[in-house]
Amino acid sequence: MNTIHEKKVLSVSEITARVKLMLESSFPQVWIQGEISNAKLHTSGHFYFTLKDEGAQISGIMWRSRVANLPFTPEDGMKVIARGSVTVYPPRGNYQLDCVQLQPMGIGELQLAFERLKKKLDEEGLFDPEHKKPIPEYPEHIGVITSVTGAALQDIRSVLSWRLPTLEVIVYPVHVQGVGAAEEIAEAIRDMNRFGGVDVLIVGRGGGSFEDLWAFNEEAVARAIYDSKIPVISAVGHEIDFSIADFVADLRAPTPSAAAELVVRDRSELLDILRNLWYTMQQNLEDRVHGLRERIENLVSSYSFNKPKDLLRQSAQRVDELERSLARSFVHLYKLAAGNHQGIHQRLVSLNPGRVLQRGYAIVRKDGQIMTSSHMLKEGDTAAIQFHDGEVPARVEK
Amino acid sequence: MSKKSGKSGKSSENGQSFEASLKRLEQIVESLESGEVPLDKAVELYEEGVQLSKFCGEKLRDTELRLKKLSKDAEGNFEVSDLES
Repeated sequence: MNTIHEKKVLSVSEITARVKLMLESSFPQVWIQGEISNAKLHTSGHFYFTLKDEGAQISGIMWRSRVANLPFTPEDGMKVIARGSVTVYPPRGNYQLDCVQLQPMGIGELQLAFERLKKKLDEEGLFDPEHKKPIPEYPEHIGVITSVTGAALQDIRSVLSWRLPTLEVIVYPVHVQGVGAAEEIAEAIRDMNRFGGVDVLIVGRGGGSFEDLWAFNEEAVARAIYDSKIPVISAVGHEIDFSIADFVADLRAPTPSAAAELVVRDRSELLDILRNLWYTMQQNLEDRVHGLRERIENLVSSYSFNKPKDLLRQSAQRVDELERSLARSFVHLYKLAAGNHQGIHQRLVSLNPGRVLQRGYAIVRKDGQIMTSSHMLKEGDTAAIQFHDGEVPARVEK
Repeated sequence: MSKKSGKSGKSSENGQSFEASLKRLEQIVESLESGEVPLDKAVELYEEGVQLSKFCGEKLRDTELRLKKLSKDAEGNFEVSDLES
Protein backbone atom coordinates (compact mmCIF):
# COMPACT_ATOMS: atom_id res chain seq x y z
CA MET A 1 0.00 0.00 0.00
CA ASN A 2 2.00 2.81 -1.27
CA THR A 3 0.69 6.15 -0.47
CA ILE A 4 1.82 9.19 -2.18
CA HIS A 5 3.37 10.39 1.05
CA GLU A 6 5.80 7.49 1.22
CA LYS A 7 7.23 8.36 -2.17
CA LYS A 8 9.98 10.88 -2.79
CA VAL A 9 8.27 13.86 -4.30
CA LEU A 10 10.29 16.06 -6.64
CA SER A 11 9.75 19.66 -7.46
CA VAL A 12 9.51 20.67 -11.11
CA SER A 13 12.86 22.32 -10.79
CA GLU A 14 14.38 19.21 -9.28
CA ILE A 15 13.17 16.91 -12.04
CA THR A 16 14.20 19.41 -14.66
CA ALA A 17 17.65 19.68 -13.13
CA ARG A 18 17.98 15.90 -13.15
CA VAL A 19 16.82 15.63 -16.76
CA LYS A 20 19.20 18.42 -17.69
CA LEU A 21 22.15 16.66 -16.06
CA MET A 22 21.24 13.34 -17.62
CA LEU A 23 20.72 14.68 -21.11
CA GLU A 24 23.61 17.07 -21.21
CA SER A 25 26.11 14.53 -19.93
CA SER A 26 24.85 11.93 -22.38
CA PHE A 27 25.08 14.14 -25.47
CA PRO A 28 28.02 16.51 -25.06
CA GLN A 29 28.69 16.28 -28.79
CA VAL A 30 26.46 14.83 -31.48
CA TRP A 31 26.09 15.06 -35.21
CA ILE A 32 22.51 15.17 -36.35
CA GLN A 33 21.32 14.87 -39.89
CA GLY A 34 18.02 16.43 -40.89
CA GLU A 35 16.13 19.02 -42.81
CA ILE A 36 15.93 22.62 -41.74
CA SER A 37 12.53 24.18 -41.06
CA ASN A 38 11.39 27.31 -39.25
CA ALA A 39 14.74 28.91 -40.02
CA LYS A 40 14.83 32.32 -38.39
CA LEU A 41 17.76 34.67 -38.07
CA HIS A 42 16.90 36.80 -35.03
CA THR A 43 17.79 40.48 -34.90
CA SER A 44 20.18 39.56 -32.07
CA GLY A 45 22.18 37.63 -34.65
CA HIS A 46 21.38 34.22 -33.20
CA PHE A 47 19.95 31.67 -35.59
CA TYR A 48 16.93 29.62 -34.56
CA PHE A 49 15.75 26.60 -36.50
CA THR A 50 14.14 23.18 -36.30
CA LEU A 51 15.76 20.00 -37.55
CA LYS A 52 13.35 17.33 -38.63
CA ASP A 53 12.97 14.08 -40.47
CA GLU A 54 9.91 11.94 -41.22
CA GLY A 55 9.36 10.93 -37.62
CA ALA A 56 10.69 13.59 -35.27
CA GLN A 57 11.99 17.06 -34.77
CA ILE A 58 14.38 18.90 -32.51
CA SER A 59 14.75 22.61 -32.11
CA GLY A 60 18.15 24.15 -32.45
CA ILE A 61 19.95 27.38 -31.85
CA MET A 62 23.22 28.67 -33.21
CA TRP A 63 24.78 31.59 -31.40
CA ARG A 64 25.76 34.72 -33.26
CA SER A 65 29.52 34.11 -33.06
CA ARG A 66 29.10 30.80 -34.85
CA VAL A 67 26.63 32.10 -37.39
CA ALA A 68 29.36 34.44 -38.65
CA ASN A 69 31.43 31.43 -39.68
CA LEU A 70 28.69 29.69 -41.63
CA PRO A 71 29.79 29.11 -45.20
CA PHE A 72 26.19 29.30 -46.40
CA THR A 73 22.79 30.64 -45.42
CA PRO A 74 20.63 27.85 -44.04
CA GLU A 75 17.13 27.92 -45.45
CA ASP A 76 14.01 25.89 -44.94
CA GLY A 77 14.10 22.59 -46.78
CA MET A 78 17.92 22.30 -46.82
CA LYS A 79 19.38 18.98 -45.77
CA VAL A 80 22.16 19.54 -43.29
CA ILE A 81 24.37 17.89 -40.74
CA ALA A 82 24.45 19.78 -37.47
CA ARG A 83 27.10 19.38 -34.81
CA GLY A 84 26.50 20.43 -31.24
CA SER A 85 25.40 19.40 -27.79
CA VAL A 86 21.97 18.73 -26.38
CA THR A 87 20.99 21.26 -23.74
CA VAL A 88 17.95 21.71 -21.58
CA TYR A 89 16.32 25.09 -21.05
CA PRO A 90 14.57 24.83 -17.68
CA PRO A 91 12.31 27.92 -17.90
CA ARG A 92 10.60 26.41 -20.92
CA GLY A 93 11.06 22.79 -19.93
CA ASN A 94 12.37 21.89 -23.37
CA TYR A 95 15.56 20.51 -24.81
CA GLN A 96 17.35 21.79 -27.85
CA LEU A 97 20.48 21.44 -29.93
CA ASP A 98 23.16 24.01 -29.16
CA CYS A 99 24.57 23.96 -32.65
CA VAL A 100 28.24 24.83 -33.24
CA GLN A 101 28.48 23.79 -36.85
CA LEU A 102 26.12 23.38 -39.76
CA GLN A 103 27.11 21.66 -42.93
CA PRO A 104 25.01 21.39 -46.05
CA MET A 105 24.30 17.92 -47.42
CA GLY A 106 22.46 18.40 -50.65
CA ILE A 107 24.52 18.97 -53.79
CA GLY A 108 22.97 22.37 -54.42
CA GLU A 109 23.70 23.58 -50.94
CA LEU A 110 27.19 22.19 -51.10
CA GLN A 111 27.90 24.00 -54.35
CA LEU A 112 26.65 27.18 -52.80
CA ALA A 113 28.72 26.68 -49.68
CA PHE A 114 31.75 25.91 -51.82
CA GLU A 115 31.44 29.13 -53.79
CA ARG A 116 30.83 31.20 -50.69
CA LEU A 117 33.82 29.80 -48.82
CA LYS A 118 36.01 30.07 -51.89
CA LYS A 119 35.10 33.73 -52.27
CA LYS A 120 35.60 34.45 -48.61
CA LEU A 121 39.02 32.78 -48.37
CA ASP A 122 40.12 34.30 -51.66
CA GLU A 123 39.28 37.76 -50.37
CA GLU A 124 41.15 36.98 -47.19
CA GLY A 125 44.23 36.15 -49.23
CA LEU A 126 44.48 32.44 -48.48
CA PHE A 127 45.02 31.64 -52.15
CA ASP A 128 47.71 34.29 -52.72
CA PRO A 129 50.56 32.94 -54.83
CA GLU A 130 53.04 34.89 -52.69
CA HIS A 131 52.07 32.77 -49.72
CA LYS A 132 52.79 29.52 -51.47
CA LYS A 133 55.88 27.71 -50.27
CA PRO A 134 58.24 26.00 -52.68
CA ILE A 135 58.11 22.23 -52.75
CA PRO A 136 61.51 20.81 -51.76
CA GLU A 137 63.44 19.53 -54.74
CA TYR A 138 64.66 16.30 -53.19
CA PRO A 139 62.41 15.42 -50.24
CA GLU A 140 63.34 12.28 -48.34
CA HIS A 141 60.59 12.18 -45.72
CA ILE A 142 57.12 12.51 -47.07
CA GLY A 143 54.07 12.96 -44.85
CA VAL A 144 50.80 11.60 -46.17
CA ILE A 145 47.51 12.56 -44.57
CA THR A 146 44.81 10.26 -45.81
CA SER A 147 42.84 7.17 -44.93
CA VAL A 148 44.93 4.02 -44.42
CA THR A 149 42.22 1.99 -46.10
CA GLY A 150 41.72 4.28 -49.07
CA ALA A 151 42.96 3.96 -52.63
CA ALA A 152 45.01 7.14 -52.33
CA LEU A 153 47.60 5.61 -50.02
CA GLN A 154 47.98 2.53 -52.22
CA ASP A 155 48.43 4.73 -55.28
CA ILE A 156 50.98 6.95 -53.60
CA ARG A 157 52.80 3.95 -52.24
CA SER A 158 53.10 2.15 -55.53
CA VAL A 159 54.24 5.24 -57.41
CA LEU A 160 56.88 6.03 -54.80
CA SER A 161 58.10 2.44 -54.60
CA TRP A 162 58.54 2.40 -58.31
CA ARG A 163 60.05 5.83 -58.73
CA LEU A 164 62.29 6.27 -55.70
CA PRO A 165 62.26 3.69 -52.93
CA THR A 166 64.92 5.68 -51.06
CA LEU A 167 62.15 7.58 -49.33
CA GLU A 168 60.51 7.36 -45.98
CA VAL A 169 56.75 7.80 -46.07
CA ILE A 170 55.03 8.73 -42.82
CA VAL A 171 51.30 8.26 -42.91
CA TYR A 172 48.94 10.06 -40.58
CA PRO A 173 45.71 8.05 -40.76
CA VAL A 174 42.51 10.11 -40.82
CA HIS A 175 38.93 9.72 -41.90
CA VAL A 176 38.55 11.50 -45.19
CA GLN A 177 34.77 11.68 -45.23
CA GLY A 178 31.86 11.80 -42.86
CA VAL A 179 31.25 14.00 -39.89
CA GLY A 180 34.34 15.25 -38.17
CA ALA A 181 36.60 14.30 -41.07
CA ALA A 182 37.54 17.90 -41.81
CA GLU A 183 38.53 18.55 -38.21
CA GLU A 184 40.56 15.34 -38.18
CA ILE A 185 42.41 16.33 -41.34
CA ALA A 186 43.07 19.82 -40.02
CA GLU A 187 44.39 18.43 -36.75
CA ALA A 188 46.59 15.97 -38.64
CA ILE A 189 48.16 18.84 -40.59
CA ARG A 190 48.84 20.70 -37.35
CA ASP A 191 50.26 17.53 -35.76
CA MET A 192 52.57 16.91 -38.69
CA ASN A 193 53.85 20.44 -38.19
CA ARG A 194 54.41 19.84 -34.49
CA PHE A 195 56.13 16.55 -35.28
CA GLY A 196 58.27 18.23 -37.91
CA GLY A 197 59.94 15.09 -39.27
CA VAL A 198 58.74 15.43 -42.86
CA ASP A 199 59.85 17.61 -45.76
CA VAL A 200 56.53 17.84 -47.53
CA LEU A 201 52.90 16.86 -46.93
CA ILE A 202 50.49 15.18 -49.29
CA VAL A 203 46.91 15.71 -48.14
CA GLY A 204 44.16 13.99 -50.02
CA ARG A 205 42.03 11.04 -50.90
CA GLY A 206 40.93 9.01 -53.88
CA GLY A 207 37.96 9.77 -56.08
CA GLY A 208 34.39 10.01 -54.88
CA SER A 209 31.22 12.03 -55.15
CA PHE A 210 31.17 15.74 -54.47
CA GLU A 211 29.75 14.99 -51.02
CA ASP A 212 32.45 12.38 -50.38
CA LEU A 213 35.13 14.94 -51.09
CA TRP A 214 33.41 17.56 -48.99
CA ALA A 215 35.82 17.51 -46.04
CA PHE A 216 38.47 19.06 -48.31
CA ASN A 217 36.13 21.98 -48.94
CA GLU A 218 35.86 22.92 -45.32
CA GLU A 219 37.30 26.00 -43.77
CA ALA A 220 39.13 24.09 -41.01
CA VAL A 221 41.18 22.17 -43.59
CA ALA A 222 41.83 25.29 -45.64
CA ARG A 223 43.14 27.20 -42.62
CA ALA A 224 45.31 24.31 -41.43
CA ILE A 225 46.88 24.10 -44.89
CA TYR A 226 47.41 27.86 -44.95
CA ASP A 227 49.05 27.82 -41.53
CA SER A 228 51.26 24.82 -42.27
CA LYS A 229 54.98 25.54 -42.20
CA ILE A 230 55.56 22.35 -44.15
CA PRO A 231 54.72 22.69 -47.86
CA VAL A 232 51.41 21.00 -48.66
CA ILE A 233 50.45 19.22 -51.86
CA SER A 234 46.72 18.65 -52.20
CA ALA A 235 45.60 15.50 -53.96
CA VAL A 236 41.84 15.24 -53.83
CA GLY A 237 39.82 12.93 -56.04
CA HIS A 238 40.27 13.02 -59.79
CA GLU A 239 41.63 15.51 -62.25
CA ILE A 240 38.24 17.23 -62.67
CA ASP A 241 37.63 17.66 -58.96
CA PHE A 242 38.64 21.00 -57.53
CA SER A 243 38.54 21.48 -53.79
CA ILE A 244 39.09 24.48 -51.56
CA ALA A 245 42.15 22.60 -50.28
CA ASP A 246 43.52 22.72 -53.84
CA PHE A 247 43.33 26.50 -53.91
CA VAL A 248 45.11 26.95 -50.59
CA ALA A 249 47.70 24.21 -51.04
CA ASP A 250 51.22 25.12 -52.14
CA LEU A 251 50.78 22.76 -55.05
CA ARG A 252 47.69 21.05 -56.43
CA ALA A 253 48.07 17.53 -57.73
CA PRO A 254 45.22 16.28 -59.90
CA THR A 255 45.27 12.86 -58.19
CA PRO A 256 47.14 11.15 -55.33
CA SER A 257 49.29 9.24 -57.86
CA ALA A 258 50.14 12.52 -59.54
CA ALA A 259 51.09 13.97 -56.16
CA ALA A 260 53.56 11.15 -55.68
CA GLU A 261 54.96 11.77 -59.15
CA LEU A 262 55.23 15.50 -58.53
CA VAL A 263 56.93 15.16 -55.20
CA VAL A 264 59.84 12.94 -56.18
CA ARG A 265 61.94 12.60 -59.24
CA ASP A 266 62.38 9.28 -60.84
CA ARG A 267 65.37 7.33 -59.66
CA SER A 268 66.77 7.15 -63.16
CA GLU A 269 66.38 10.91 -63.45
CA LEU A 270 68.27 11.38 -60.20
CA LEU A 271 70.96 8.96 -61.34
CA ASP A 272 71.25 10.99 -64.54
CA ILE A 273 71.65 14.18 -62.56
CA LEU A 274 74.27 12.50 -60.41
CA ARG A 275 76.11 11.11 -63.41
CA ASN A 276 76.09 14.49 -65.08
CA LEU A 277 77.48 16.19 -62.01
CA TRP A 278 80.15 13.53 -61.68
CA TYR A 279 81.06 13.77 -65.34
CA THR A 280 81.20 17.55 -65.30
CA MET A 281 83.38 17.48 -62.23
CA GLN A 282 85.70 14.84 -63.65
CA GLN A 283 85.89 16.57 -67.01
CA ASN A 284 86.52 19.89 -65.41
CA LEU A 285 89.44 18.70 -63.35
CA GLU A 286 90.90 16.71 -66.23
CA ASP A 287 90.62 19.74 -68.50
CA ARG A 288 92.26 21.79 -65.89
CA VAL A 289 95.16 19.42 -65.33
CA HIS A 290 95.50 19.04 -69.07
CA GLY A 291 95.49 22.79 -69.50
CA LEU A 292 98.09 23.20 -66.82
CA ARG A 293 100.31 20.56 -68.34
CA GLU A 294 100.08 22.28 -71.69
CA ARG A 295 100.98 25.54 -70.09
CA ILE A 296 103.98 24.02 -68.42
CA GLU A 297 105.08 22.45 -71.68
CA ASN A 298 104.65 25.76 -73.43
CA LEU A 299 106.65 27.46 -70.78
CA VAL A 300 109.42 24.90 -70.94
CA SER A 301 109.77 25.35 -74.66
CA SER A 302 109.19 29.08 -74.63
CA TYR A 303 111.90 31.57 -75.58
CA SER A 304 111.92 33.32 -72.27
CA PHE A 305 112.14 30.14 -70.28
CA ASN A 306 115.05 29.04 -72.43
CA LYS A 307 116.73 32.41 -72.42
CA PRO A 308 118.65 31.82 -69.21
CA LYS A 309 119.92 28.56 -70.57
CA ASP A 310 121.02 30.23 -73.75
CA LEU A 311 122.52 33.05 -71.83
CA LEU A 312 124.38 30.60 -69.71
CA ARG A 313 125.64 28.78 -72.73
CA GLN A 314 126.58 32.03 -74.33
CA SER A 315 128.26 33.13 -71.18
CA ALA A 316 130.15 29.91 -70.83
CA GLN A 317 131.33 30.28 -74.37
CA ARG A 318 132.26 33.82 -73.78
CA VAL A 319 134.15 32.88 -70.66
CA ASP A 320 136.07 30.27 -72.60
CA GLU A 321 136.80 32.75 -75.26
CA LEU A 322 137.84 35.33 -72.78
CA GLU A 323 140.00 32.85 -71.00
CA ARG A 324 141.71 31.93 -74.20
CA SER A 325 142.18 35.44 -75.31
CA LEU A 326 143.27 36.42 -71.85
CA ALA A 327 145.90 33.74 -71.88
CA ARG A 328 147.00 34.85 -75.28
CA SER A 329 147.11 38.44 -74.25
CA PHE A 330 149.08 37.68 -71.16
CA VAL A 331 151.75 35.79 -72.99
CA HIS A 332 151.88 38.47 -75.59
CA LEU A 333 152.09 41.21 -73.02
CA TYR A 334 154.69 39.33 -71.11
CA LYS A 335 156.78 38.80 -74.14
CA LEU A 336 156.25 42.33 -75.13
CA ALA A 337 157.20 43.51 -71.67
CA ALA A 338 160.23 41.26 -71.59
CA GLY A 339 161.33 42.49 -74.99
CA ASN A 340 161.06 46.07 -73.91
CA HIS A 341 162.79 45.52 -70.71
CA GLN A 342 166.28 45.73 -72.08
CA GLY A 343 165.70 49.03 -73.80
CA ILE A 344 163.97 50.49 -70.81
CA HIS A 345 166.79 49.34 -68.62
CA GLN A 346 169.25 51.02 -70.87
CA ARG A 347 167.23 54.15 -70.81
CA LEU A 348 166.92 54.01 -67.07
CA VAL A 349 170.62 53.43 -66.73
CA SER A 350 171.37 56.29 -69.01
CA LEU A 351 169.08 58.51 -67.03
CA ASN A 352 170.84 57.82 -63.74
CA PRO A 353 171.98 61.26 -62.57
CA GLY A 354 175.18 59.79 -61.11
CA ARG A 355 176.37 59.00 -64.60
CA VAL A 356 175.73 62.53 -65.70
CA LEU A 357 177.67 63.90 -62.72
CA GLN A 358 180.58 61.70 -63.64
CA ARG A 359 180.68 63.47 -66.91
CA GLY A 360 181.41 66.73 -65.04
CA TYR A 361 178.00 68.07 -64.25
CA ALA A 362 177.00 69.13 -60.70
CA ILE A 363 173.72 69.69 -58.91
CA VAL A 364 173.14 72.80 -56.84
CA ARG A 365 170.66 72.51 -53.99
CA LYS A 366 169.37 75.12 -51.65
CA ASP A 367 167.53 73.79 -48.62
CA GLY A 368 167.39 70.39 -50.32
CA GLN A 369 165.80 71.86 -53.47
CA ILE A 370 167.50 71.57 -56.80
CA MET A 371 168.31 74.99 -58.29
CA THR A 372 167.67 74.85 -61.96
CA SER A 373 168.17 78.57 -62.66
CA SER A 374 170.69 81.26 -61.69
CA HIS A 375 167.77 83.47 -60.68
CA MET A 376 166.86 81.13 -57.88
CA LEU A 377 169.96 82.21 -55.94
CA LYS A 378 170.85 85.56 -54.59
CA GLU A 379 173.82 87.08 -52.70
CA GLY A 380 174.49 85.54 -49.32
CA ASP A 381 172.46 82.33 -49.99
CA THR A 382 174.05 79.14 -48.90
CA ALA A 383 173.79 76.13 -51.18
CA ALA A 384 175.17 72.65 -51.56
CA ILE A 385 176.91 71.54 -54.72
CA GLN A 386 176.81 67.83 -55.40
CA PHE A 387 179.47 66.20 -57.47
CA HIS A 388 179.53 62.58 -58.49
CA ASP A 389 181.77 61.75 -55.57
CA GLY A 390 180.56 64.14 -52.85
CA GLU A 391 179.01 67.40 -51.79
CA VAL A 392 180.53 70.76 -50.89
CA PRO A 393 178.86 73.71 -49.16
CA ALA A 394 178.91 77.00 -51.04
CA ARG A 395 177.91 80.66 -50.66
CA VAL A 396 176.80 83.02 -53.31
CA GLU A 397 179.08 85.98 -53.29
CA LYS A 398 177.73 88.28 -55.79
CA MET B 1 61.60 0.95 -34.37
CA SER B 2 59.99 3.98 -32.90
CA LYS B 3 60.94 7.57 -32.50
CA LYS B 4 59.62 9.98 -29.94
CA SER B 5 58.26 13.41 -30.66
CA GLY B 6 60.34 16.24 -31.95
CA LYS B 7 62.53 16.58 -34.96
CA SER B 8 63.53 13.23 -36.21
CA GLY B 9 64.16 11.59 -39.47
CA LYS B 10 65.07 14.93 -41.00
CA SER B 11 68.34 13.47 -42.11
CA SER B 12 69.59 9.98 -42.44
CA GLU B 13 71.48 8.03 -39.79
CA ASN B 14 74.91 9.44 -40.53
CA GLY B 15 73.58 12.98 -40.36
CA GLN B 16 73.79 13.53 -44.09
CA SER B 17 70.72 14.03 -46.19
CA PHE B 18 70.46 13.18 -49.84
CA GLU B 19 69.21 16.64 -50.68
CA ALA B 20 72.01 18.40 -48.78
CA SER B 21 74.61 16.15 -50.37
CA LEU B 22 73.30 16.68 -53.87
CA LYS B 23 73.07 20.43 -53.33
CA ARG B 24 76.66 20.49 -52.09
CA LEU B 25 77.77 18.46 -55.08
CA GLU B 26 76.07 20.93 -57.41
CA GLN B 27 77.85 23.74 -55.59
CA ILE B 28 81.21 22.03 -56.00
CA VAL B 29 80.68 21.49 -59.72
CA GLU B 30 79.65 25.11 -60.07
CA SER B 31 82.75 26.44 -58.38
CA LEU B 32 84.96 24.05 -60.35
CA GLU B 33 83.35 25.30 -63.53
CA SER B 34 83.90 28.92 -62.59
CA GLY B 35 87.63 28.21 -62.84
CA GLU B 36 88.28 30.66 -60.06
CA VAL B 37 89.39 28.08 -57.53
CA PRO B 38 93.12 27.55 -57.16
CA LEU B 39 94.31 24.10 -58.17
CA ASP B 40 94.96 22.64 -54.71
CA LYS B 41 91.50 23.81 -53.59
CA ALA B 42 90.03 22.34 -56.75
CA VAL B 43 91.59 18.98 -56.02
CA GLU B 44 90.19 19.18 -52.48
CA LEU B 45 86.72 19.97 -53.83
CA TYR B 46 86.99 17.19 -56.34
CA GLU B 47 87.76 14.69 -53.60
CA GLU B 48 84.78 15.91 -51.57
CA GLY B 49 82.63 15.68 -54.71
CA VAL B 50 83.68 12.08 -55.27
CA GLN B 51 82.61 11.20 -51.71
CA LEU B 52 79.27 12.99 -52.12
CA SER B 53 78.43 11.41 -55.41
CA LYS B 54 79.33 8.00 -53.98
CA PHE B 55 77.03 8.64 -51.01
CA CYS B 56 74.15 9.81 -53.23
CA GLY B 57 74.60 6.89 -55.56
CA GLU B 58 74.44 4.45 -52.66
CA LYS B 59 71.29 6.11 -51.33
CA LEU B 60 69.65 5.70 -54.70
CA ARG B 61 70.33 1.98 -54.64
CA ASP B 62 67.95 1.47 -51.68
CA THR B 63 65.19 -0.78 -52.85
CA GLU B 64 62.52 -0.77 -50.18
CA LEU B 65 60.20 2.09 -49.44
CA ARG B 66 59.97 2.70 -45.71
CA LEU B 67 56.32 3.06 -44.85
CA LYS B 68 55.68 4.44 -41.36
CA LYS B 69 52.74 5.62 -39.36
CA LEU B 70 52.62 8.67 -37.11
CA SER B 71 50.50 8.40 -34.01
CA LYS B 72 50.00 10.57 -30.97
CA ASP B 73 49.54 9.33 -27.43
CA ALA B 74 47.35 10.89 -24.73
CA GLU B 75 50.12 13.29 -23.65
CA GLY B 76 50.53 14.47 -27.22
CA ASN B 77 53.83 12.65 -27.81
CA PHE B 78 54.36 11.43 -31.32
CA GLU B 79 55.41 7.95 -32.23
CA VAL B 80 56.53 6.65 -35.57
CA SER B 81 55.95 2.97 -36.13
CA ASP B 82 55.93 0.66 -39.12
CA LEU B 83 52.67 0.74 -40.97
CA GLU B 84 51.27 -2.77 -41.07
CA SER B 85 49.84 -3.40 -44.47
